[in-house]
Amino acid sequence: MATMIMKQPPTGGFSFENCKRNAVVEGSLNNSGGSLPAARKTGTTICGVVFKDGVVLGADTRATEGMIVADKNCSKIHYISPNIYCCGAGTAADTEMTTQIISSNLELHSLSTGRSPRVATANRMLKQMLFRYQGYIGAALVLGGVDCNGPHLYSIYPHGSTDKLPYVTMGSGSLAAMAVFEDRYKPDMEEEAAKRLVRDAIAAGIFNDLGSGSNIDLCVISKGKVDYIRPHDEANKKGVRTGDYKYTRGTTGVLTKAVKPLDLELLVESVQTMDTS
Amino acid sequence: MNKLSPLHDKIYCALSGSAADAQTIAEIVNYQLDVHSTEIGEDPQVRSAATLVRNISYKYKEELSAHLIVAGWDRRDGGQVFATLNGLLTRQPFAIGGSGSSYVYGFVDAEYRRGMSKEECQQFVVNTLSLAMNRDGSSGGVAYIVTIDEQGTEEKVILGNDLPTFVDQ
Repeated sequence: MATMIMKQPPTGGFSFENCKRNAVVEGSLNNSGGSLPAARKTGTTICGVVFKDGVVLGADTRATEGMIVADKNCSKIHYISPNIYCCGAGTAADTEMTTQIISSNLELHSLSTGRSPRVATANRMLKQMLFRYQGYIGAALVLGGVDCNGPHLYSIYPHGSTDKLPYVTMGSGSLAAMAVFEDRYKPDMEEEAAKRLVRDAIAAGIFNDLGSGSNIDLCVISKGKVDYIRPHDEANKKGVRTGDYKYTRGTTGVLTKAVKPLDLELLVESVQTMDTS
Repeated sequence: MNKLSPLHDKIYCALSGSAADAQTIAEIVNYQLDVHSTEIGEDPQVRSAATLVRNISYKYKEELSAHLIVAGWDRRDGGQVFATLNGLLTRQPFAIGGSGSSYVYGFVDAEYRRGMSKEECQQFVVNTLSLAMNRDGSSGGVAYIVTIDEQGTEEKVILGNDLPTFVDQ
């Protein structure tokens, strides 16, 4: 029988093992004249609002790498469970992985309890994980959903504090979006009014903040129904060119024309199917 | 943001410092008190709640940056207020904390009297908060007041324009 090797139980806290390796890599790169690639951030506008029958979540679609737009149409509203969605601002990888981990754990939890997951549970799981990493996971989230206790909306900060509110905004464009909310929010709005309010808040972030841009995505969650509208509003369509640099055939006169056929022989043809299961 | 967090039915704590640290401590102690009160079969003492908060604040004092004031009512000693700054545990007639507290030390020292009635105490607290909110840039918004006595717990919100005004306003 093979001997069993006892694996070291994982110690708590953040693993700083790779920091030394990163320093060495950065040093050698600087010597050869390059530089480390910048972490991709979703300099963002995300927001959420509680209306009469549920919550509306909204997000822009620009992802930046320093001062360059890395992705003009990225999706910032992440699935957590059939009745709970989460918008993410901050480091793109952190928001993506954190929401996926909590989504997976929440599904296992709901199978274990035999009940539909609650927004407060997702909030607790997210805040406890982010607090454990002491802010090193740069994920600022807007969590919204509808469960047996009604519609709920939370904002979650990278260090692990949360606020339960009727309307929240996060990201670099949060001040622009919050200005719109503070002006026009009313409790118990109808769905159409809430969608218009969120659309205008995200638009304020898109047009007044450099880190946010492109389209507006909306997610309307109500009891038993989820409307994932992507894109809801293409606020920044690429313009159509009025002229063309292509010349029509015949602009340049043809003097002589000589055609020589090439004798090519087909040697081997093989098709390998990719395992896409 | 409601900075008054329930630890038990008749025990609340006031949060200050880092929001993440303070919220986490309050939620951990809420859970520990739940277990403790089931074990002893009755409502926990305010001193127990304050001790649990103090234990976390002291053990992790290098890593945490939060000050929780624990207050409540129990059958043994009636109404009590405990300060747990930096990991100490001390029972006091009143306690103040947070960035705005520096501005009102003089006011509370001068105005506090022993044996005040419930309404006088509520007025004392509201006046203190209002003065601090006026002077401290990091404090403001609305005031949350929680009154705990033998009969029960009462939460009240006092909006901006209902706060008492003093000179210069």
